[in-house]
Amino acid sequence: MKLMFHPLVKKLAISVVTIFVALTFTFILVRQMPGDIVHTWAMNIMQQQGVTYNEAREMAKAMLNYDPNVPIAVQYFKYMKGLLSGNLGTSLTYRIPVSVIIVQALPWTVFVCTLSLIISFVIGVLLGTTIAWKRKTILEPVVTLYASITQAVPDFLIALLLLVFFGVSLRWFPLRGAYSADTVPGFNIPFMLDVLYHAALPVLAYTLQYIGSWALAMKASATSVLGEDYIAVAEARGLKQKRIIVRYLAGNAILPLVTSLAIAFGTIVGGSMLVETVFGYPGIGYFFGQAIATRDYSLIQGLFLLTTVVMILANLTADIIYSKIDPRIKLE
Amino acid sequence: MKTLWRNIIESLGIISRNRRAFFGLLGVVFFILMATAGPLIIPLNMTADYVDRFQPPSLSHILGTDYAGRDIFQQLVHGSTDIMLIAFSTALFGILLAVIIGILAGLSGGRVDMLIMRVIDVFLTVPAFPVMAIFAALFRIRDPVTFGLVLAIWSWPGLARAIRSQILSLRKREFIEAAEIMGMSTSHIMFKELMPNIIPYITINFINIARGAITASVGIMLLGLVPLSVTNWGMMLNLATFQTGAIYVPSALSYLLSPMIAIILFQYSLICFGGGIDEMFDPRLRVQS
Repeated sequence: MKLMFHPLVKKLAISVVTIFVALTFTFILVRQMPGDIVHTWAMNIMQQQGVTYNEAREMAKAMLNYDPNVPIAVQYFKYMKGLLSGNLGTSLTYRIPVSVIIVQALPWTVFVCTLSLIISFVIGVLLGTTIAWKRKTILEPVVTLYASITQAVPDFLIALLLLVFFGVSLRWFPLRGAYSADTVPGFNIPFMLDVLYHAALPVLAYTLQYIGSWALAMKASATSVLGEDYIAVAEARGLKQKRIIVRYLAGNAILPLVTSLAIAFGTIVGGSMLVETVFGYPGIGYFFGQAIATRDYSLIQGLFLLTTVVMILANLTADIIYSKIDPRIKLE
Repeated sequence: MKTLWRNIIESLGIISRNRRAFFGLLGVVFFILMATAGPLIIPLNMTADYVDRFQPPSLSHILGTDYAGRDIFQQLVHGSTDIMLIAFSTALFGILLAVIIGILAGLSGGRVDMLIMRVIDVFLTVPAFPVMAIFAALFRIRDPVTFGLVLAIWSWPGLARAIRSQILSLRKREFIEAAEIMGMSTSHIMFKELMPNIIPYITINFINIARGAITASVGIMLLGLVPLSVTNWGMMLNLATFQTGAIYVPSALSYLLSPMIAIILFQYSLICFGGGIDEMFDPRLRVQS
């Protein structure tokens, strides 16, 4: 096989181009902003740290990784070189390198997103399989209605409702943060329980949002599998019903959903800004929202790049899983 | 003109035969009336009266009062105009971009087509909400139509791709070939032969883009990134959640719930109405009754 024409190579090439475009986008973004950013940042630094304007200006240039006095081509080259060596600039608000913020925030987002995707996926698949197998039950209209209602409710509104009822009114869950100040971070039981306790509402918000669509997707997939010959053969052979449902029906119907799982992960991370802000949950979405609100350009650049890369990796994973689990499908 | 009216009445007839779609139609008409006629009928009184702040619903204030003692129902009615303008302008500009780019790609083919497809790939891969939020905040938007324009920048790629593939498949059909052989002009083929076939996509996507614009604009305003008028539903949510502490006041529950329920009802109406339109264009979907 010629490596050049391997479909995965093409996909990878497109991904690299997309990342390149995203990088260029952030480069242009900072330079197109009205007003002199370096000046604005320098004034800010001057007030806070009591240095002279020229010193503050040099600091601002370093933090933004941006020097307006050199030609644009040199700027672009320096910017790319900085990014490739892992220099994402320094945040104006937090006064630490953007890469440090990302390293601290990303695990929380990945943790909450993964947990909610797993829970909603399992429940959705169980519901979808049951509906497809049993056909006429009360469950079907209930799930369909639930799915169309949750489709109408954006996840951040679910999050707000959960916050008001379970956080503020009933006081069952904390209102902010990823863990309490009085626990010691590390692999100890109290800390891990505390983390789960704080993650409960964000996870519930995403889970409630996603259950319906997983159930409908699984129902559609399982219904089409039910029409296959091998199900009829399995029934004719007198196999136990449980075995038919688990091995033959669910096992085959789940395949197309696994791909969506990877894409859903990318979407959920990309859209985490609102839910994390509502719960004050210190993941990348929370910092992203803060960064845009305070016009913290280096942080915006870094987080935008990160979410784009996560999205691309999710899409690539989906493509690879797709071609691996279903031999009939070849990557285009 | 007469046939147009007959078509519209027939379409409405098909939609109203389906209960869910009919509910959707009623909902959409209700919200359009609320946004257009509502502000004319119901005056807005924004005088602050802090004695009456966070009142629960009562006869004088049917949805209660906000943090400054102002009527929530009035704000909800006046805020709907903003929401409708944002949704409508995003959909309009988004569709316009999608149709132009989709047709261009589908008809030109070759390198132009390939280039456009790659651009669409990039647009679809880059996470939409963060881009919209960045644009909306950094452009310092002050009015709903500009907001719609900004949201539209990231709303067209899906539809453009659908239109392009639709045109590619239509071009191979016999009736287009026949029209070409008969020597009809390109513009005739485009508007008389191709357009009717992509109208269903456009209508359904109009609703979908509008829905996406409502969610995105409310989300962006909830984050406090675009300060439009305080009566805008997204601003009401932002004020209730992050600015005035209304979520901690039990009697102010209505201040938070009113815009929320309005958004959900509007979205749900659009989904139901969209389902009806789907059925109208695709008779196979119609439930036999």
